[in-house]
Formats: sequence, C-alpha cells, structure tokens
Amino acid sequence: MKPARVLSLILTAIPFIAVCFAVPLWDRVYPLVLGLPFNLFWLMAWIPLTSLCMWGVYRLGEWRNSVPPSREKSR
Amino acid sequence: MTPSLIALSITGFIVLIGAFIGIYAGFRRQMNLEQWAVAGRGFGLILVWLLMAGEVYTTFAFLGASGWAYSRGGPTLYIVAYLTLCYAVSFFILPKIWEVGREHRLHTQSDFFLQRYGNRYLAGLVAILGVLFIIPYLQLQLTGLGIIVQVASFDGISRSAAILIAFAIVAGFVLSSGIRAVAWVSVLKDSLMLIAAFSIGIGVPYHYFGGVRPLFRALAQTSPQHLTMPGSTASMGHSWFISTVLLTSLGFYMWPHAFGSIFSAKSGDTLRRNAVIMPLYTITLPLLFFVGFAAILIAPGLKNGDMALLTVVRSTFPPWFLGLVGGAGALTAMVPAAILILAAGTLFAKNFVRLLFLPSMSDDAVAKLAKIMVAVVTALAMYFAIYSSSTLVGLLLFGYAGVTQFFPGVVFGLFWKRVTTMGVFAGLLTGVALGMWLFFTKHDPYHGWNAGFLALCMNLVVTAIVSLVTSSKEIATHELSSAVSCR
Repeated sequence: MKPARVLSLILTAIPFIAVCFAVPLWDRVYPLVLGLPFNLFWLMAWIPLTSLCMWGVYRLGEWRNSVPPSREKSR
Repeated sequence: MTPSLIALSITGFIVLIGAFIGIYAGFRRQMNLEQWAVAGRGFGLILVWLLMAGEVYTTFAFLGASGWAYSRGGPTLYIVAYLTLCYAVSFFILPKIWEVGREHRLHTQSDFFLQRYGNRYLAGLVAILGVLFIIPYLQLQLTGLGIIVQVASFDGISRSAAILIAFAIVAGFVLSSGIRAVAWVSVLKDSLMLIAAFSIGIGVPYHYFGGVRPLFRALAQTSPQHLTMPGSTASMGHSWFISTVLLTSLGFYMWPHAFGSIFSAKSGDTLRRNAVIMPLYTITLPLLFFVGFAAILIAPGLKNGDMALLTVVRSTFPPWFLGLVGGAGALTAMVPAAILILAAGTLFAKNFVRLLFLPSMSDDAVAKLAKIMVAVVTALAMYFAIYSSSTLVGLLLFGYAGVTQFFPGVVFGLFWKRVTTMGVFAGLLTGVALGMWLFFTKHDPYHGWNAGFLALCMNLVVTAIVSLVTSSKEIATHELSSAVSCR
C-alpha cells in the first residue's frame, strides 16, 4: 500500500479508538473539565477532532482518485 | 387565553408554516418517480447537508436522548459517539454507492442489491425488510409527536388522541410533497431546533443551578454513578457501549431512507465533503443531555423519561416558549417521518410489488401505489405507537439491530469480488433471525453485548463462509450475466 493510503487508514482509525474502543479509559466523572463530567467532555472534544481527521483523509485524496475509474486513467 | 391554548396555537402555527414550505417547494415541479424519490439527483453540498441533517435530528435526539440521560444516565453517551463515527464510515462507502447509483439510475437500497447481485428475490427481501424496520423508526416519531401535543396541551389531550393528531399531520405533509420539499422544511426545522436546544440546554441549568458547572457538581455529588456507564441500568456497561456504537455507526447509512438520500447528491465528492463536516452537527446534542441530567434533580420520579425535557420546559418557561419548543419538536418529528414514509412507500411499490409480482407496472402506477402505502405504513406505525411502551431510544436500537444486517451485503458488494448472492442471502437471514430472536426473547443486551451487534457478527461470518464455498460456481454465471447486460 502507498504511504498516503496507510496514513488515511490511520487517520480514520484514530477517532474509532478514541471514541469507541478506549471507553474504559475515559468513562469517569472526575476531573470535571469546563464544568462537564470527563466522559462527556471527552466525547464532545472528539467531535471536531474527528472532523479534523476526516478532513486530513479528504486532503490526502487517496480515495478520491480510486472511485471513478475514468478519472484514474486521465491522471 | 389559557396557557394550553397559547402553547398549542404557537405549536400549530409552526407546523402550518412547515407544511406550507413543503407544499410550496414541491409546487410546479413534475412529480415523477425520479423527482419524488431522489429529487432529480441534483443536490449540492448544502442541500445534501440539510437533507441528511434533517434525518439525524429527529425526535430521537430531541426527546429520546434527553429521556435516556434522565432515565439511564451514562449509556446515553453512545448517541454522541455513534453520531460522530458514522460519518467516518460514510466517507468510504457513500461515494462508491453513489457511483453505482448514477451509472444505473438507482433510486433505492433494494435497487442497489438488484444491480450488484442480479437476484430479484434478494432485492425483494431487502425491500420488505427495509419497510418493516422503518416502522419502529416511524413509530418513534409518532410517539414523540404525540408526547409534544400531550405536554403542550397541558395534558388536556390524551396520549392516544395526540398520536392520532400526529398521524394526520405527518400523512398530510408527505402526500403533499416529495423529497425536495423535505430538504427545504429542514431549514426551518433545524434553525428552530438550534434555537430551542441552545436556549433550553443553557437556560435550564442556569435557571435552577446557576450554570452548567454547578449542575454537574451537584449531580457528581448526589448521583455520580448515574453519570458513567452502566448508569441506572444493570447491563449497559463498556462492552455494551462498544458493541452498540459499532452497530449503530456501521448501520447509520443502512437505513433505507438514508441510503436513498445518497442518490440525491450531485457528485461523490459532495458526499465526501459532507462526511467531513457532518460530525460538527453533533455538537449540539450534549445540550439536550444537560436538560435530561438537570431533570433528575428538578423533576425526579417521572414514569416516562421521554417526557423529561418537555416537562422541565413547561415548568420553567412561559407557555409561548413551550409552544415554540413544541413546534420545533413537531418539525423534528414530521420531517424525518416524511423521509421515512417516502422511502418505505417507494421501496414497497417499486422493489417489492413491481419487482416480484407485477413487472409490467408503469412508473406512474408505482408512484401511485407508493402514495397509498404512505397511509398504510403510517397507520401501522400509529397502531404500534399507541400500544407500545418502549422508550424512544429503545425503538431506534431495535431498528438498528435490523437494518445493520444489510451492511455485509453492501460493503462486501462494494469491496470484495468473491461475495455471492447465496452468501448475502444466508448472512442476511441469519443476522435478522438471530437479532429478532434475541430482542423478542428479551435477551438484549446479551451478556453485556448489544444483541444486534452479535447478530451482525454472525451475519458477517456466515456471508463470508457461504460466499467462499459458493464463489467458484457463481463467478462464472455472474460474469456471463454482466457481459450480457453490458451489451
């Protein structure tokens, strides 16, 4: 696999690990951050961070080229 | 004027404006099947965003999320998690689905299965299962709309009567407009929804506690266990969270209506950019959690957690504001309900009846039958809404256990050449049967795992194994049939 492709897969995996699989690590009340229980704060923080990761994937453009076969030829 | 009259008339006024926009947007356009179902495939980034956001912000988020924050506590956080991750999933599969859709002029999810696997019985099965699993989702919207009417009338209108009113509003709205209308009403719905979410989400904690920080400080003292998983439940711990988030984020675009909305986009790139910005929409959801959590201290002991948000609004704000929130809430039920019904009607008429029984039906006849189905599907959902006591979130999780079973068929179909019709048939039937069996025998969650997720795992395994066993035979026939269809 090309490095850009690997990087876009990693960028996609990060939110899944942070938001889903790592739940035992962040599911607690303390410390309260910005007045929010830690688990709620963590999830809210990962909303823009997920967008950022996917923006990175978009910019890498790996998947854009692979979809329409006709465009691939012209490149 | 009595408070209930003020609240109800403002709610009613907002509903009327919504209906008016809907009728106006559909006006003067020839409503053929292509327009009615996928709006001529011309939606750019903004309209796709509106349409898809319109599908996300349903009564489920408005009343259900706050309701679970109130009654279940910590497990409700799964909603923020899955509404963030589902878009990352969509980034990779939606543009591919769209490409297939454009090339073969597809309207529905079942069309996609027919195109990919070339088997009309599989496509018919996908269609009828899709219609069946839409019913609980629709039931959720009607129940929510019923709760709004009930609370806004200060309990003057009974639950059943309120649901009956909800049914009439929704059916009328759908029959007068197609999917384009729905996207435009979303503009009104989402602006009102944002106003309501911010003013309640910030206003309620300030009014009673002097801010969000003191609210959570108070809760952390009185009921800290409620704020983490498993909250007030016995079985919704971390394994439940992980399995539920996976099930729902993978299944998000497997809903027939969400799948259908993919085809209304102008390009695959629109969908990719949409996937990047959509998570930001989820940021307002926690505001609704605040209200649900605050209600624990303000209005303890409610029998129906789904009424928590509106009950708090009613006892905190003046009647006109309750009316405004009620109107916003009513639109968040009407718009998604309309999308759901449109999808169910089209699926039933085009992909079940025409495909399996009456291949000679014209497009116009299909559109007519789809409209008749609007009444039938809505009536069924209304029947269940009146006679069921499931929570709003519970209803949606049941639906997810069903629709996510389409995931292997779609994703293997896009990315794995060796998947076979037999494999998808076997996997789908196994997944649906296991999922429904676990649900109806009250085995959800099963040993701390989401039942729908376990069914999905079985589905994936069965699809893969059966495909590997049957692939050599089928590839030969498939190549033949695709060679024939190309020329």
